[in-house]
Amino acid sequence: MIATWIILLFAFGYVALLFAIAYYGDKRADMGKSIISNPYIYALSLAVYCTAWTFYGSVGRAARTGLGFLPIYIGPTLTAALGWLVLRKIIRISKIHRITSIADFIASRYGKSMTLGGVVTIIAVLGIIPYISLQLKAISTSYLLIKHYPQFAIDVNFTQIPFLKDTAFYIALLLAVFAILFGTRHLETTERHEGLVAAIAFESVVKLAAFIVLGVFITYIVYDGFADIFRKATDSPELKRLFVFEDRPGAFIDWGMYIFLSMLAVMFLPRQFQVTVVENVNEEHLNKAIWLFPLYLLAINIFVLPVAIGGLLHFTGSTVDADTFVLTLPMAEHSQWLAVLVFIGGMSAATGMVIVETVALSTMICNDLVMPVLLRRFSRQLARRSDISNILIVIRRFSIILVLLVGYTHFHLIGEFYPLVSLGLISFAAVAQFAPAILGGIFWKRGTRLGALTGLIAGFVVWLYTLVFPSLVQAGLLSPGFVSHGLFGVNLLKPFQLFGLQGFDPISHAIFWSLLLNTGCYVGVSLFNAPTALEHSQATLFVDIFRYSGEIERPALWRGRATIPDLRSLLEAVLGKQRVDEAISAYAKGQDKDWERTVEAEAGFVGYAEKLLAGAIGSSSARVMVSSVVKEEPLGIDEVMDILDETRQVIMYSRELERATNELKTANERLKELDRLKDDFISTVTHELRTPITSIRSLAEILYDNPDIDILRRKHFSGIIIHESERLTRLISQVLDFQKIESGKVEWQVTNVDMTNVIDEALIATDRMIKDKKITVDVQVPDQVPLVEGDQDRLIQVMVNLISNAVKFCEKDEGAIAIDLTVEEDRIQVDVKDSGIGISLENQKIIFETFQQVRDTSRGRPPGSGLGLSIAKRIIDFHHGQIWVTSELGKGSTFSFTIPLPKEKWAL
Amino acid sequence: MTGDKEKARRLTALFLLGSALFTYPVISLFNLPVLVWGVPLLYAYVFIVWAVIIFLIALVMHKGSRPAGNRFSNRG
Repeated sequence: MIATWIILLFAFGYVALLFAIAYYGDKRADMGKSIISNPYIYALSLAVYCTAWTFYGSVGRAARTGLGFLPIYIGPTLTAALGWLVLRKIIRISKIHRITSIADFIASRYGKSMTLGGVVTIIAVLGIIPYISLQLKAISTSYLLIKHYPQFAIDVNFTQIPFLKDTAFYIALLLAVFAILFGTRHLETTERHEGLVAAIAFESVVKLAAFIVLGVFITYIVYDGFADIFRKATDSPELKRLFVFEDRPGAFIDWGMYIFLSMLAVMFLPRQFQVTVVENVNEEHLNKAIWLFPLYLLAINIFVLPVAIGGLLHFTGSTVDADTFVLTLPMAEHSQWLAVLVFIGGMSAATGMVIVETVALSTMICNDLVMPVLLRRFSRQLARRSDISNILIVIRRFSIILVLLVGYTHFHLIGEFYPLVSLGLISFAAVAQFAPAILGGIFWKRGTRLGALTGLIAGFVVWLYTLVFPSLVQAGLLSPGFVSHGLFGVNLLKPFQLFGLQGFDPISHAIFWSLLLNTGCYVGVSLFNAPTALEHSQATLFVDIFRYSGEIERPALWRGRATIPDLRSLLEAVLGKQRVDEAISAYAKGQDKDWERTVEAEAGFVGYAEKLLAGAIGSSSARVMVSSVVKEEPLGIDEVMDILDETRQVIMYSRELERATNELKTANERLKELDRLKDDFISTVTHELRTPITSIRSLAEILYDNPDIDILRRKHFSGIIIHESERLTRLISQVLDFQKIESGKVEWQVTNVDMTNVIDEALIATDRMIKDKKITVDVQVPDQVPLVEGDQDRLIQVMVNLISNAVKFCEKDEGAIAIDLTVEEDRIQVDVKDSGIGISLENQKIIFETFQQVRDTSRGRPPGSGLGLSIAKRIIDFHHGQIWVTSELGKGSTFSFTIPLPKEKWAL
Repeated sequence: MTGDKEKARRLTALFLLGSALFTYPVISLFNLPVLVWGVPLLYAYVFIVWAVIIFLIALVMHKGSRPAGNRFSNRG
């Protein structure tokens, strides 16, 4: 057999290895080269969920109830599916608000309430004690078993063993030292412990490997594979019942309840919160971990049922406790070294849990239980001390020792009467009480501090009554009548059948009543209780975390006065000078401010300081400490609402602004285009103005300089001057006209108009132009032309423009213009056809556009401003008519427009 | 990001699927004391459903989340 000292060497050697790994992890973290920053280590650290309960207890449970051990691992798989929604939100909130424990989370959500933080801490500590006791029991039992080899049906009463002779006691102390060294090395603003996580991940590998090696050994070496074990079991009705659910009424309900319970526990156990949320390096790691972690659970459970059945087959008729099969089977097979491996695996499962759990609990005890009390009593004195960080670390170290000692005592007094799994389930039921306050807190803004407090206390009392008190009966500390007859002999108050509810096992029963009451009180009281300003603002920040996370440093919810030196000395007292200098320079980066000279702290800095403190001492304590140096003017609920509304409005406005900006952009593009056209227009117009002015001026100069010029030439020159002046006048009036129409300043004088008249007037006006060029004009107008409604002068202008346009493009002497008026059913159409050069298709499209002039490089710029057709188009538009051109190069063009007939006329 | 919302929807669906398959009444259909492939039916059922759910979670999480081609580019 293996000597005791070798086993002890392995046990302590293993713990020493953990120390080494943790030390290395911390050292690497200090150098900035994290070894835990990847999703695989993260997933392995989550596997701290698997404790001695899994390692030893699952087999025991399987031996009693068949698949009854499984819901505890199926629940976390379902939670993992929801992890993306729930855990990611919790992680994000905790990172932004620098939350470092469950108690802090709940306290912070409900208005940084000290009372709530304290209550949560008490529930967590009392709730977890049985769980720690379970681990110590497992270590202790397994050590005794392996020590007493080859005898394996030992019957020890741990109450008889004095503390100082119990190995578990020394293991407990060693674990305390480990937790103290790597969990409270120094005060962090994030409460992250890289070395610790590295050690935990390592432990997860060890326990999985040990269990799988054992499983393979039992299944494939001792027996001949899965089929062999199960076939042997079918021969015994006693074993065959393990293939199915227990044959009792509530079996399915219990199964569902356990799944539900473990779903909550995997989120809200203090150690799970620690590894999942607080120690999380990168939110992205969750993506892989949410399927790696369930995969780990599946792997560690595959061999549980075969091992349990193997154990039952092997130890038929003997009194070996099924919780020890994992160890006693290899011992019975005389595989001593495998037994040692299993022993180490069991130790790794138990120690991992104890270490993380005590660190998590010590943070809670320190930040949410002790500090608030100290602050309330000695707030002034504390604020003046320069070594608060030392006080905090001492408190934490004592908390770790205290928790371990209480756990150890529980194991000696009560724990040994319970199977491992039952002990763990009591703890699960306790932490499940946090579910309404946390889940409600992150999805429901209306939950209030009082609601959460009432719910938690109600659930806790039910938990005590239905689970803890009966366990005291078992330990002989309470009279058995309490369980069998109820409190004061009232049957309805029996702790396992509260109010007569039957068919549940004690855990399901307790879960049902405690969570029902808890949730009921939480919702009910919240609804009848108005939140305070701070509660309201925290609720919004938590529930809408993904909306606010970018702007969280925004100090909107604070109003007060503080000085930077005051805040600085406060921070230094807690965090140490070096870390504060780093933090402040990180804050000051990007702000152009002289931090050495500024005295008055702005609101943003006060918020930042409070958050830094919150990371180290919890949000509610941080608030108290900061307010001791800040003269804060409290904000009313209305103001908070205003501020939050403002934020919402700012978001809305920014969206509107974006839309408006886009509109402006398009408008701007259009304006730029118009601007370009206007420039063209101005150059065209000035060119057109300069030509006649130049000729007028030069002719006038000739006349002035040569008074003796002959009369004929004088007359000729004067004629040209008059002609050019007329052209100038026409041009100017066109520009003025256009400007008037464009700006809507034209007063339209609408009367009944005879289009025949319009054509005649226009021909009179252009008579001279036509005659000058010797162009023939042919007019075709029917005898009867109905009147249209319109502005006669303007329509004449259109006609004039079209005719003069046609004249312009006709060759001198041989040009011909044809004007046709046709009466359609609902409109009158006028065509002006010329025999000119024609217009290309491309130009036809733009000829009516403002400032556009047909350019033809071979002929140069045609005379005119290019406004005539634009003006015509606008006038026709006003009359609801249409204007267009049909043309072919070299064969002349036809300009046509229509004017609609008044409606009553078409009826005729 | 719409991808996040889509993921959340799919994972929620997986959660509901798992909840339905793992609880009464669906699970009671497999609550028979018989062996399939040498293992108890209920045991086989639970582990197969479990593995499938884990596989589907992994699928949802990693489908299209990064360009898969780059990972093996060194092997060419």
